[in-house]
Amino acid sequence: MIDTLLQGLLLGGLYCLFALGQSLMFGVMRLTNTAQGDFIVLGAFAAVASAGLVAWHPALIGLALLPIAFAFGYALQRYVLNGTLGRDPLPSLVVTFGLAIVIQNGLQQLFSADPRSLATGTLATESLSFGPLTAGVLPLVIFGMAAACTLALQWLFGHTRIGRAFRAVSDDRETAELMGLDARKVYALATAIAFVTIAIAGVLQAMRTTIAPSDGPLLLLFAFEAVIIGGMGSFWGTFCGAMLLGVTQQIGFRIDPGWGIWIGHIVFLIVLVVRPQGLFPKTRG
Amino acid sequence: MSAISPSTTMSSAMPDAAPASEPTVVRSTVLSQVTLGVALVLVGVAASLPFWGESSWMREFVEIACYFIFASMWNLLAGYGGMVSIGQQAFFGIGGYAMLALGNFVGINPFVAIPIAALAAGIVAVPVSQVAFRLSGGYFAIGSWVIAEVFRLGIANVSAVGGGSGTSLTALRGIDKATRESTTYWVALACVVACVALVYLFLRSKQGLALLAIRDNEVAAESQGIAVKKMKLAVYVVAATGAGLAGALYFVGNLRISPDAAFSVNWTAFAVFMVVVGGIGRIEGPIIGALVFWALNKFFSDYGTWYLLGLGLLAIVVTLFFRQGLAGFVQQRWGWVAFPTQRTLKD
Repeated sequence: MIDTLLQGLLLGGLYCLFALGQSLMFGVMRLTNTAQGDFIVLGAFAAVASAGLVAWHPALIGLALLPIAFAFGYALQRYVLNGTLGRDPLPSLVVTFGLAIVIQNGLQQLFSADPRSLATGTLATESLSFGPLTAGVLPLVIFGMAAACTLALQWLFGHTRIGRAFRAVSDDRETAELMGLDARKVYALATAIAFVTIAIAGVLQAMRTTIAPSDGPLLLLFAFEAVIIGGMGSFWGTFCGAMLLGVTQQIGFRIDPGWGIWIGHIVFLIVLVVRPQGLFPKTRG
Repeated sequence: MSAISPSTTMSSAMPDAAPASEPTVVRSTVLSQVTLGVALVLVGVAASLPFWGESSWMREFVEIACYFIFASMWNLLAGYGGMVSIGQQAFFGIGGYAMLALGNFVGINPFVAIPIAALAAGIVAVPVSQVAFRLSGGYFAIGSWVIAEVFRLGIANVSAVGGGSGTSLTALRGIDKATRESTTYWVALACVVACVALVYLFLRSKQGLALLAIRDNEVAAESQGIAVKKMKLAVYVVAATGAGLAGALYFVGNLRISPDAAFSVNWTAFAVFMVVVGGIGRIEGPIIGALVFWALNKFFSDYGTWYLLGLGLLAIVVTLFFRQGLAGFVQQRWGWVAFPTQRTLKD
């Protein structure tokens, strides 16, 4: 039982990384990125493709991808997604949903539908023992990464100039612009940072398990559930939401492998009915 | 109401305001009357197709009819109700499985089971709305996708309907192929006509006007005494019923059902494509969109992933640069409206 709990928490670490970008983008500009999962998959495939070109350690490849992801996110928001923002949610949903389909089919064309993964050498099999409990080193690293990213984002939001700009445009875009902020650039910066977490999530996902072009939607749903369970606008909320989702799924898998994800969805829906604002809400929708 | 301002003739709500000439409300255009006539002739010709056409044409029509009905229901929900959902495939699948269960297990004729299955999808939508309506905007979209996944994974674990690998509609065995195909075709044609007529009449009614008001400004609509919540629920249930109808019809034509096919997000993806390209929030939208989709599918579907990639790109480009879609473009350029729902004053 305790083992299931531990494995669930470690799985939750991965889900937290899936969800942070979504949480950030929604928190700053109320943008629902339906291609979140597909961008994670894109990041994973970028790492897999790079690993075929250069013989670097996966961690180094991941590190090299981060500035590219940052620039990509900035440009995407600045030149495509900014044009879709507004009171009507339809344009941003259709554009990101369209991007999701483009990415899925583009990757399938380039890499075929076969699942791929990043070779990590011995890291994939190494494990640590704590008394009766055993945990893989890689899942522990992922968990630590999730906690570090959450901490970093929370700090960025609460204690820096950029964070203050994020909160200002989130609360009241017009007033923030009167104070001299360029909301379009602030939004672009938020998406750029979100894409850094997306790239981290993608690389770690490819190291931990296999990844296929059609995986995106499922990752999106997990990310989304973690954000909603945790409450909008709070990164620690997202972290806790991801943990709850990971543990629930793990317990579900233990009961019956066919029902694990289903039980995760059901717990999400129960939270939605009982506490629609999430566990630790900060921002109002 | 006592003050008479110069602008009162603009409003049909104050008929006593124009003493000189009673303003008349015009609700149709020349084009709309022509459209009605042409549509009646087309339906008449189409109804006779089983006597002179090929059976592959009928199969093709049934398939595109399902896409069209589903898209037009998505248009009602998103374009008029303002509820953008990526989870309407839930009701498509429920319609399909309800029809199959009624046919295979209860022994009801599958053709009779189609409307019952549609109603079943509508009934399921009532409790589902209680959960889905907790979210709004973009999160409503993904939340309804999760709900659709709950149904897909749930049915995939029910062994009575073949679990994840699905099952066949055995209730139609014993009916010869020609009868089955032409009956399916006629039912599909009737469903399409009913779908267009009902949506058109609904949007022209007082309730339709209320719905347009909600779409344009929810708070203002509420302040005018429109029961916004009730109206949204009604639209959600109607859209689910229509999606269920499309699902039931599709699997009567297809004879084989599986959770992955019935609850595929692609149904909604194609519906979004048709509605956005055709023109959202217009009755003509899904009709034009379905024709475009049918043509693209006919000529390019052999290209597989490139074809789907192109559809995604087209939807993005239309949303970014031609937000009104083809029907909106035509209306703005030439003022053509085939299905007018607005009220125009003529003095």
